[in-house]
Amino acid sequence: MSTIIAVIIFLVLAPLIGGVVSGADRIITARMQSRVGPPVLQPFYDVLKLFGKQNLVVNKYHGDYVLCFLIFTIISGCILFGGGNLLLAIFALIVANVFIVLAAYCSNSPYTLIGADRELLQMLSAEPMLLLTAVALFQVTGSFNVSEIIKTNHMPFIYLPGVFIALTYVLTIKLRKSPFDLSTSHHGHQELVKGLTTEFAGPSLAYFEIAHWYETVFMLGLVYLFFANIPVLGILVVLAVYFIEILIDNVNARFKWELMFKSTWLATLILGVGNLFLLYFLSM
Amino acid sequence: MDFFKKSPWVLHYDGSSCNGCDIEVLAALMPKYDIERFGIINTGNPKHADVFLITGSVNTQNIDVIRNLYDQMGEPKVVVAVGICACTGNFYAECYNILGGVDKAIPVDVYAPGCAAKPEVIIDAVVKGLAVLEEKKKKMKKKEKNIRKDKKKETQNVMQKE
Repeated sequence: MSTIIAVIIFLVLAPLIGGVVSGADRIITARMQSRVGPPVLQPFYDVLKLFGKQNLVVNKYHGDYVLCFLIFTIISGCILFGGGNLLLAIFALIVANVFIVLAAYCSNSPYTLIGADRELLQMLSAEPMLLLTAVALFQVTGSFNVSEIIKTNHMPFIYLPGVFIALTYVLTIKLRKSPFDLSTSHHGHQELVKGLTTEFAGPSLAYFEIAHWYETVFMLGLVYLFFANIPVLGILVVLAVYFIEILIDNVNARFKWELMFKSTWLATLILGVGNLFLLYFLSM
Repeated sequence: MDFFKKSPWVLHYDGSSCNGCDIEVLAALMPKYDIERFGIINTGNPKHADVFLITGSVNTQNIDVIRNLYDQMGEPKVVVAVGICACTGNFYAECYNILGGVDKAIPVDVYAPGCAAKPEVIIDAVVKGLAVLEEKKKKMKKKEKNIRKDKKKETQNVMQKE
């Protein structure tokens, strides 16, 4: 019963929180650039405007793929926030990502094809670390289920500082922030025109935005799990990590895919796997 | 309730401009004027844009490009001709290569003269364009409603005949 309530709260609140976080992101970015920035609710105005635009489609399939991307992102968030299996939540997110890549491939424009290739490389760089996070949390708390991870009485971060740092490194990819916004760029920036999302217009783009909000909340939830036994500390760390991501976004230029790939795998192997090995040897 | 006034996305294209007006358009995005306060984003993608800002006049090389970009934009859309070269061709209008202002290629909704057009004029022109955008959206809605009504009547007639 409480699972159902948690899932309903997530379904309703996550886009609202994601949108406000996205608006705050734009305001903080603007202030860092000596500008004023849009109102906080601007992302909602953007999405509502997009629903009023003409639905330009390339073929009859790409709209369905974008919708599947949205649905599976929502499902993965529901699994995470409903207390379900963390591995399943991360794999559902991977499925969602595959759908958006398919949507980009079937749009069949030069920009979207390269954007789709880059999205696959981003997935290849980011997903191993996410799965490693699930394994690491299992090592510390003894369970893959989020409902048990949050009931743990020791803070996972104390045992997993390396995994946490590697996760925040990879978070930049999943949140689509510079220097890793290779496949599509946000709000006024251009990468291959708009990369993945070049051929999405009107409602399709609105679904993509909303899915991005859900995904942001999912990622921040993953960060929260490391401090799950002290909720207030968890929320503060989430806000601090997001602020650092905005800072990194503003001071970095876009990487080439080789550098993104090498640096994330180095971080995953040295910080992530190294941390796990250290835990293993210390526990022996 | 439409949100075009709250979130107009701009596509900026330089026809044969000297770049003076383009610099003023970019200056509007910079800290001093900061049109992102109004939700305006400079998107490079015609499929994502609502307002088509054109600087510079039309010549035989760019007339097809301008028409192509205009066709790619989704409804409702507005065209703002920024700078006197885009409005009428300025003193280049009688040159051998210049066909004239932007209205030789596509229908223009707002003309913003100036050489170079000041950011304040550009902002005013975009705001006027937003009012036109809302009007177009209302017409679109009415048209869709009428089409749906006609379809309904047609199916009812067909069912009655059967």
